[in-house]
Amino acid sequence: MNPGGPASSLRIFFVGGWMSYRALFGWLSPWILIPTFLVEPVFQILFFAYVGRDAGVGDDSFYLVGNAIQFASIPCLFAMGNTIAGERYASTLPLILVSPARRLPLFLGRALPVIVNGLLCSLIALGLGALILGVTIPLSSVPLLVVVVAVSAFSCTGLGMAAAALALRVRETAVLSNLIMGVLLIFCGVNVALSALPQWMESVGRVLPFTHGIEAARAVVAGADWSQVAGLVGTEVLIGVVYLLIGLVMLHYLEIESRRRSTLDIA
Amino acid sequence: MLRGSLRLVLFGWWLQLKMRSRSAFDGLLAIVYPMFFATSVLLMYREGGSTSALVGAAVGASVLGVWSAVATTASTSLQSERRLGTLELLVAAPTPFPLLVVPMTLAMGTIGLYSLVATLLWGKFAFGIPVSLEHPLVFVLASVVTAIGISLMGFLLAVTAVRYRGAWALGTAFEFPVWLVCGFLVPVASLPDWVAPISWLLPPTWGAAAIRDAAFGGSPWGDIALCLLLSAGYGVVGTWLCGRLVTSARTNATLALT
Repeated sequence: MNPGGPASSLRIFFVGGWMSYRALFGWLSPWILIPTFLVEPVFQILFFAYVGRDAGVGDDSFYLVGNAIQFASIPCLFAMGNTIAGERYASTLPLILVSPARRLPLFLGRALPVIVNGLLCSLIALGLGALILGVTIPLSSVPLLVVVVAVSAFSCTGLGMAAAALALRVRETAVLSNLIMGVLLIFCGVNVALSALPQWMESVGRVLPFTHGIEAARAVVAGADWSQVAGLVGTEVLIGVVYLLIGLVMLHYLEIESRRRSTLDIA
Repeated sequence: MLRGSLRLVLFGWWLQLKMRSRSAFDGLLAIVYPMFFATSVLLMYREGGSTSALVGAAVGASVLGVWSAVATTASTSLQSERRLGTLELLVAAPTPFPLLVVPMTLAMGTIGLYSLVATLLWGKFAFGIPVSLEHPLVFVLASVVTAIGISLMGFLLAVTAVRYRGAWALGTAFEFPVWLVCGFLVPVASLPDWVAPISWLLPPTWGAAAIRDAAFGGSPWGDIALCLLLSAGYGVVGTWLCGRLVTSARTNATLALT
């Protein structure tokens, strides 16, 4: 099979992506999966909902939607970062990078299961959080809400791709992912509406993933239809695509640099 | 015997503190990560508009970092030793195993105290929150006692990893619940009634109350005493559990299995 041909690229995209995902999470037992992907987001939602009540701002729905979507950053950022760091840990990074496989399907294929994972985490957190807090999400809003959450997960995975590229240079990917996650928590209107943030913070938030997705999701939960959130969803997609492209360019550049400096294994 | 044990804990704590302070994950991130949440919380209270609530939140938010610095790292610490191949050496050493684990979590709690100070300073300089401590020395004492209590909770979390390899996920899972249940920011009374008895069994509940009392002029001594008492209880239970789990791990030959 021609390694640069479309059939090979498709195989690398789907099969390679799935194998990489299994390698990342195959070791997860329910004893680890449930606390990490289910308990933590629900308690993050509860924590901020109760703080919001105590501070006398927002309502439960505001914190439910913001935190459930923001939690997708955990799988999206960490899993993407680990696609590089994990390969390095297993000593397989040089083997992948000397292979003739095209880089675009190689790395995009790894992003696809991560997006699905982020989507599922957010949706489950939304459902459980709504149940516990007694927030009503209209059934008619659910399909559009799923689309908005999926787009948000995609957008954050784009940022995760850029972070993964940095993993070719930075060894502490977990630290990097945590820092980015913290920035998203503060700047994306997760717990404080953008309009209540200082102007410069709002401007930063406008170019980050999640900001428009969260705004759109809140509108959908409040009953908005597609025509009312199409602009926000489109912007969220655009931001995701831009970060994805930046990530792919960085991967290309840093791969060349890592080869030149012989730092693939040590970063 | 007692002197030797104290010496071991002291030197172990110092060694662990030096090692962990130089780690980007255990050192830098343990201080910076809770500040993201503290910032979010302070922005929320600032939006609420009540200055007294904002000042209270600044003190409460500072305690978040102490638990954060311990929860995740404590539950992963023995798994890290296992991966490095040193867990068996620690267990086989003639020194009582709990005396080797407690200094680890005490060092994490000490890093948590850095986070406490950093968050208070962040509130003062970034948000202009005027936190004037009513009893500064008692505030320091209450903070140290809280850190000890949280460290011994971390000890209990850490030893579970001797037998259960997946126990590292407990730390992540317990991070937000403890923030909430111990009333660091939100009064326990505003949570469902069944939460209160759980909060009474957790040393940070009393530690955080003592910190607030020391900062705002209440009487913290009862809270400090309860925090210490419960901490000792966690130490005893942790030591007992540690013995049981080490025996079980040795019997089942699972100590080194990653």
